[in-house]
Amino acid sequence: MGFIEYLVGIRSELLLRTWEHILLVAGSTAIAVTIGVPLGILLTRRAGLRGGILGSANVLQTIPSLALLGLLIPLPLVGGIGATPAVVALVAYALLPIIRNTYEGIRSIDPAVREAALAMGMTDRQLLRRVELPLALGMIMGGVRLATVIGIGVATVAAAIGAGGLGVFIFQGLAMVNNEVILSGAIPAALLALAADGGLGALERRWSRWRS
Amino acid sequence: MSVRLGTTDALHRLSLAIAPGETLVLLGPSGSGKSTALRLVNALLRPTSGAVIVDGRDVSAWDPIELRRQMGYVIQEVGLLPHMTVARNVGLVPELLGWPEATREIRVAELLSRVGLPEPELHGRYPRELSGGQRQRVGIARALAADPPVLLCDEPFGALDPVLRRQLQDEFRILSAQLGKTLLFVTHDVREALALGTRIALLEKGQLRFLGSPEELRVSDVPIAREFARGINNVPI
Repeated sequence: MGFIEYLVGIRSELLLRTWEHILLVAGSTAIAVTIGVPLGILLTRRAGLRGGILGSANVLQTIPSLALLGLLIPLPLVGGIGATPAVVALVAYALLPIIRNTYEGIRSIDPAVREAALAMGMTDRQLLRRVELPLALGMIMGGVRLATVIGIGVATVAAAIGAGGLGVFIFQGLAMVNNEVILSGAIPAALLALAADGGLGALERRWSRWRS
Repeated sequence: MSVRLGTTDALHRLSLAIAPGETLVLLGPSGSGKSTALRLVNALLRPTSGAVIVDGRDVSAWDPIELRRQMGYVIQEVGLLPHMTVARNVGLVPELLGWPEATREIRVAELLSRVGLPEPELHGRYPRELSGGQRQRVGIARALAADPPVLLCDEPFGALDPVLRRQLQDEFRILSAQLGKTLLFVTHDVREALALGTRIALLEKGQLRFLGSPEELRVSDVPIAREFARGINNVPI
């Protein structure tokens, strides 16, 4: 039996796992944007917080994903097994690129543009909403793209704690020593990552057109 | 309006007063502190000691937002917002002030023709689609948009080629005479200073070396003033 026929045979489970995977990553990236973009903005306003916040996000990034998921198991509320700790871990990994790109995106705006906007009598809020965020949007999107692609990879590991997703096939295949089963999880995950990279990359380019 | 400048790191014990309606040119070599002086007036910078007084009120007592809305600001890099069209850039201060859209549109069209850009098709263009001279004109129109009593200019024509520069200086002189604004104009070009200034303040290393009319500058025996005066006739065009 060929690999394609094998995939067709398991198509309903394949679709379910793919859908779970997308939900895990999309949900956690959305949460990370909700937390990360305001934090990135805060860093442009309070330089003193930069070391602490970027440092913490950096440290989170360096914890191996399997270890982070394991460390979360005994914790109440955010931990245990299933989707909750998986989302917590995915958010943790997504934060750094989003915070950093928001911060850098705003910081890299031409100082003459910011000065002109301030000299026009914009309040800080107006400066942020009318000038800084629109001009930083491309770079922020770059952070979201990176976070999403990382998340699609990390989410395969989340199957180890029962969060579902395409990693289920990978762990099954590993246990069964069956490459076909491993690949039926790995290939769709890789394709998802490529698709996200391409789609979000297009948005990023579109929103970066103001940068000279 | 009077503006007095105190001491900063870049400016040492500078004391200057500007009369309403006059054009005071801050002339000096780069690093002389002239741009610093300008940024003190609209509170983009704060003096480390001393005071800046606008309309009888210390700048630190003004709400900076309110203060800046009284002052148009034109800089060399123009600082047009790259993600907004020409019309939105020019209409931005009126928009911030809450003018109704119809009034803004009329004002934008009026100002753009005033600065020599009457073509309606320019309104929808983005700054990067304009030439350097056009961008500079848009920058001036934007500074004038809400009819502020004071205009601050920091080398507004510095990035332009000499021919265009002369042309915009001439137009600007006529425009500012018509408008009767109080102008504080920073430049390192002595001919620009002579062409535009009712008075010229010559700065060097953060200190005021000379203050007087263009005629007085030509005959001054202050060393730096003589140096600048010599440049009047042998600046390459």
